Amino acid sequence: MELQRLAFSFFNGEVASRYWLDIVHGMWVTTYLAAAVIATGLGLGLALAMVRSFQFRPVNVLIVIFADAFRALPALVVIIVLFFAFPYVDLAMSAFTATWLALSLVLAAFAEEIFWAGILSVPKGQTEAARSTGMSRLQTLTYVILPQAVRLTIPPLTNRMIAITKGTALGSVVAVHEIIYYASSGASEAGNPTPLTLGALAYLVLFLPVVMASRWIETRFAWKR
Amino acid sequence: MLKGIDLAVAQGELVFIIGPSGSGKSTLLRCCNRLEEPTRGSVVIDGTDITAPQVDINRVRQKIGMVFQSFNLYPHMNALGNVTLALRKVQRLARAEAEEKGMAALTRVGLAEKARAYPNELSGGQQQRVAIARALALEPRILLFDEPTSALDPELVGSVLKVMRELRESGMTMVVVSHEMQFARAAADRVVFMDGGVILEQGRPEKIFSRPDHARVGEFVARIASHH
Repeated sequence: MELQRLAFSFFNGEVASRYWLDIVHGMWVTTYLAAAVIATGLGLGLALAMVRSFQFRPVNVLIVIFADAFRALPALVVIIVLFFAFPYVDLAMSAFTATWLALSLVLAAFAEEIFWAGILSVPKGQTEAARSTGMSRLQTLTYVILPQAVRLTIPPLTNRMIAITKGTALGSVVAVHEIIYYASSGASEAGNPTPLTLGALAYLVLFLPVVMASRWIETRFAWKR
Repeated sequence: MLKGIDLAVAQGELVFIIGPSGSGKSTLLRCCNRLEEPTRGSVVIDGTDITAPQVDINRVRQKIGMVFQSFNLYPHMNALGNVTLALRKVQRLARAEAEEKGMAALTRVGLAEKARAYPNELSGGQQQRVAIARALALEPRILLFDEPTSALDPELVGSVLKVMRELRESGMTMVVVSHEMQFARAAADRVVFMDGGVILEQGRPEKIFSRPDHARVGEFVARIASHH
């Protein structure tokens, strides 16, 4: 065992003291990138699932194609296409925007499928009861179906949210100044991987509370009938 | 499903629809508020042809209450929430006014004290009475019952039938798909026997249950009676 060399490489206090501020800055970027991805991804996914429930066939075909395509594509590929290819069609965007948009689209695709499954799982009698009292399709969806559907979707949705928000690390490929960007550039600059250790710690600090909160939410909203 | 139905229900009348499964009873009932779309013909309720293309179905449905076999209460809302949802969202009443009407409806079905209870805290009979209150709160001109007691334990059936009897006494127009023969005998003005998508026979309950014109009706009634 070479514990001393391990400590020197990965837990080097001197290197850590030089790079921890960068990592903190990266945490901030990661946090608001993740928050933006969750907001737009879930919002778009929910909107698509709601539109899908109105059963306009041509629209539904498009939604299914979108959901399948973006569930199949690796998020990294989407980021690279948006950042490197779109400028050629005069749609240049910043690295941050490209990463945000790519991850939002991927999350939206998964969220749409999850919300849709939730909507389908609500018994048909609920819709019939609501419609029989004169509620419109949209009112029925909003007040009767979605509150029940969303409960069922919370566990798969939180898992997917965590998986995709961790994908913010992919932004480092197009130089978004998030945690991994600072960690890896710091590591190569210092010739020592300690900044990566700091990066790992940063992810734990950011995501452990989220993971724990999701566990709490899942038990809180556990279905009782 | 239905092969030409000609049925008129008078105001204040309680019409019972019986018949073997697959005979189109539920379909007929569900055509009366267009949960099922009739392919031909028309349904006129309180002077409005609800099958007319220009009709605002959400408007007319408020005047046509429906009670389902499986209650279909909203599990995420308490009894009062179930009863007031359409009052607030469809009729756009303020919360206080909606709750006043909702409580009045729950009182009519004898469940005012359960207003804050959630469906999973109520017995089947209580759930069905909340479902009746939900329909009543909109002050409908007619109530449609689709096998309202079929999903209930026998000892809970009575409480629902009691509410239905009180509604009948208050002059509510009701169309009931059900095999509760004793209740039909006691409360129905008319019993309609359906088979194969048509009305085979109709008349006073004592006539249909005791001296039907069609042997088919007699057989069916005897079979149902032996099950009860």
